[in-house]
Amino acid sequence: MARTVTTNRKLVFTVIGWAIGLTLFFPILWTFLTSFKTEGEAIATPPSFLFFDWTLENYLTVNDRSDYFRHAINSVVISLGSTALGLLVAIPAAWSMAFTPTKRTKDILMWMLSTKMLPAVGVLVPITLIFRDTGLMDTRTGLVIVLMLMNLPIIVWMLFTYFKEIPGEILEAARMDGATLGKEIIYVLAPMAVPGIASTLLLNIILAWNEAFWTVLLTTNNAAPLTAMIAQYSSPEGLFWSKLSAASMLAIAPILVMGWFSQKQLVRGLTFGAVK
Amino acid sequence: MGSITLEAVTKSFGGVKVIPGVDLEINDGEFVVFVGPSGCGKSTLLRLIAGLEDVTSGRILIDGQDATGMPPARRKLSMVFQSYALYPHMSVYKNIAFPLKMAGMDPAKIKEKVEGAAGILNLTDYLDRRPGQLSGGQRQRVAIGRAIVREPSAFLFDEPLSNLDAALRVNMRLEISELQKSLGTTSIYVTHDQIEAMTMADKIVVLNAGRIEQVGSPLDLYHKPANLFVAGFIGSPKMNLVEGEAARSRGATTMGIRPEHLTLSKTEGEWQGRVGVAEHLGSDTFLHVHVQGIEAPLTTRVPGNVEVSHGDTVFLTPDPARTYLFGPDGQAL
Repeated sequence: MARTVTTNRKLVFTVIGWAIGLTLFFPILWTFLTSFKTEGEAIATPPSFLFFDWTLENYLTVNDRSDYFRHAINSVVISLGSTALGLLVAIPAAWSMAFTPTKRTKDILMWMLSTKMLPAVGVLVPITLIFRDTGLMDTRTGLVIVLMLMNLPIIVWMLFTYFKEIPGEILEAARMDGATLGKEIIYVLAPMAVPGIASTLLLNIILAWNEAFWTVLLTTNNAAPLTAMIAQYSSPEGLFWSKLSAASMLAIAPILVMGWFSQKQLVRGLTFGAVK
Repeated sequence: MGSITLEAVTKSFGGVKVIPGVDLEINDGEFVVFVGPSGCGKSTLLRLIAGLEDVTSGRILIDGQDATGMPPARRKLSMVFQSYALYPHMSVYKNIAFPLKMAGMDPAKIKEKVEGAAGILNLTDYLDRRPGQLSGGQRQRVAIGRAIVREPSAFLFDEPLSNLDAALRVNMRLEISELQKSLGTTSIYVTHDQIEAMTMADKIVVLNAGRIEQVGSPLDLYHKPANLFVAGFIGSPKMNLVEGEAARSRGATTMGIRPEHLTLSKTEGEWQGRVGVAEHLGSDTFLHVHVQGIEAPLTTRVPGNVEVSHGDTVFLTPDPARTYLFGPDGQAL
């Protein structure tokens, strides 16, 4: 009997799981389909699902009107730049907090995390003024800095949890075995920490790539990444659903592909420490 | 060569003095065991010698050379950790070869040395495996292999057997002892297990609250404990410590008598008592006897099997030549 109950429960949970999965995926699918429709078909009632005249016109228009590649390059520079800069600051920080903690380490970590509890709009005015006065408005450098600062607490936390899992005795063993600090890092620390650093890097690239608050507000044209490009299509003249969809697909495609190939790393990074 | 000298070494963590001041001389080739209860500072003392902790004051000399400020890598000491501390991403071969690689040794020479060490430790068939694919005993052997290939001045063992099961622990204990004897390398071994200390050591250092209580050979400590702490710590089962009239009549505050030095009789003796628990091990019988006027039950060890059980009345007589007397300060009289 117990076996039957288990099978039934499994079936119910499988159905629920699929239903949730499909519900979450549906908007992406719908955006994908809409991006191939004409503007008329996009707002037709009842909406057509698969049987419509497929067209690439929206993609061509978006590329002509918005210079897709310039935005894409901005996105790449900003997400990679802020991630690289973030890791440069966070690795030594997380390292010292994990291996040479002080009485205040926990407080500092909590304080860092607490900055993420503040709504971003709370610092909008000071940041806008700083950007205006320092000439950082609509520059990639400005966005790299601001996105790095926004994501830094998460990077430090992720790396800290990861480094904490590396037993200190292994590093001590390397020291006893005659390794200098440099060799200890190259031969022992780095190989053991690479998976953690890689998953942090991937997650942070995705976060920075999808960031839409600061990128929209602090750019006009020159430094505008893909997120800002999408925003341009929700214009006062009215919404162009198919073009907006095409722009969205173009914006999410690179990160979706990257996420797909690195999902194993990402899941490991996100669930790390949850199960020992 | 591998003599180690500690001169007035102290260590404080924050405001807490964990090692209030230790002087110790370890001779070349000696197997020295630091033993004491948890938190007595034995591991800290070992880490100070290794250079993994900085001394607060005092000096550490290795082969007559002041090593107090030297980084661990330059002290020519090898350490075997409680958790084995193997490099999980390297094969057994690479783990053992690591210290030699760090020393910049020629790869052909490294191969020869690693294979030699693997042969001694029965690891030849496992050289390509990762530590995760080995059993606890094999991992411990790899850790020992990594320690011996460099031919250090001294081996430092930090409770190396405490993660192993009881049977394997006995085997590894013998293996380590034999290896040390054949290599003749100075060794410092930290343990809380007094049986390990008694069976392995040339010299035992008994520590309590960061202080050395007594230094001596295992039998010295067994026969001539300097104070109550050492008397109670060395020997298994523990020495019976009796206060009150029995001690006063012998001119002491506390009298100590080992379980094997109490004679059991069913008819007559100095102390009459009731058996609480009788442990029949076949080779020996341990009796825990409640005697009126003595607070803790007295443990006695009788060779072979004795037919007594819970509730039986027995008599115990201490061997007068083998009683230990301690004064009010706990020191031996």
